[in-house]
Amino acid sequence: MGRFHRHDDGTVHDTDTDTEHTGDHAHDTGDHSGYATGGERVEVLERIFDENDKTAAANRAQFAAAGVRVVNLMSSPGAGKTTLLRETLGRLAGQVRVGIIEGDIETSLDADRLAGFGAEVALINTGNGFGGECHLDAPMVRSALPRLPLGDLDLVLIENVGNLVCPAEFDVGEDARAMVYAITEGEEKPLKYPVMFRSCGLVVVNKVDLLPYLGFDMDEFLGNLRKVNPAAEVMLMSARTGEGVDAWCDWLRALP
Amino acid sequence: MHELSICGSIADIVTRRAAGRAVKVINVRVGQLRQVVPDTLVYCWELVSADTPLAGSRISIEAVPARIRCRSCDQVTDVGAIPVFACGGCGGFDAEVVSGEEFLITSLELAGEVASS
Repeated sequence: MGRFHRHDDGTVHDTDTDTEHTGDHAHDTGDHSGYATGGERVEVLERIFDENDKTAAANRAQFAAAGVRVVNLMSSPGAGKTTLLRETLGRLAGQVRVGIIEGDIETSLDADRLAGFGAEVALINTGNGFGGECHLDAPMVRSALPRLPLGDLDLVLIENVGNLVCPAEFDVGEDARAMVYAITEGEEKPLKYPVMFRSCGLVVVNKVDLLPYLGFDMDEFLGNLRKVNPAAEVMLMSARTGEGVDAWCDWLRALP
Repeated sequence: MHELSICGSIADIVTRRAAGRAVKVINVRVGQLRQVVPDTLVYCWELVSADTPLAGSRISIEAVPARIRCRSCDQVTDVGAIPVFACGGCGGFDAEVVSGEEFLITSLELAGEVASS
């Protein structure tokens, strides 16, 4: 997205000059005379995510009251979230009672892939007529809760919409955030999507069975990850071959 | 494209705080670590506010750079465009974000005449 912005009447202007606050943190107390045509200025100071965060707190309280641990699982599309979940459900069956909240812009394809593993699956399609929301927010997750028997569950795994940008912005009431990162995505993504990588306590590095076939430099990737999130726990995995999946299941069982 | 849903939240707050008065400018403070694209926000606001009492108002964005403070040596460092969350003084990674995560409506500028409510 460039800086320039075209209006329907054909005029183009530079938003950096149009939005005169840009880059000037101290400006707020400064000169607003450019706008002041006798109008009043009303101080607001309200956080834009306040409503989402209140709903997230309500979700969190409901999960806690039911004794359920909740993980918000995020990744780009195709990194392997659904494959990992399928492997997870197979391993935890009979030990941990799992519910899934499945976010997808359209289709029930992922939810269908998870059917038959003994877990309750609540699907949220985020299509909204504008091409679909690119993330789950707290009200969407709240809308799925009546479809999960929380009192009979130990763990809820939320499969967020595949996207490295927007899901990181929205607290949905989870206890922990984890991301699945596929080595096919390259080494530099932590630097390009620092907010996502910073927001996760655990980064699962998936598709390591492909290491012999790719020029992926694991040390460079881990170095980039450390630059933006030095505290992140890292787990190497191939959800396809099963390597590392047991360690992930142990991590889920040990959630505080 | 979460700017669209963000504009919905902005509309709710502005409608409540304006209480029927005509709004000209909505001043929004956005930290660098908020992944909001200014042009997209401005464009989405036109979509969301159209055909509502807020039509014709515009969003003005104040960008806040991301900065961290080192817990070891207390130095404050700009995170930079290619973000590195390391202290510029000692190189340590044990640092807290002191700015860049803001995302709020700071103020409204009213049109100077009271809209019918």
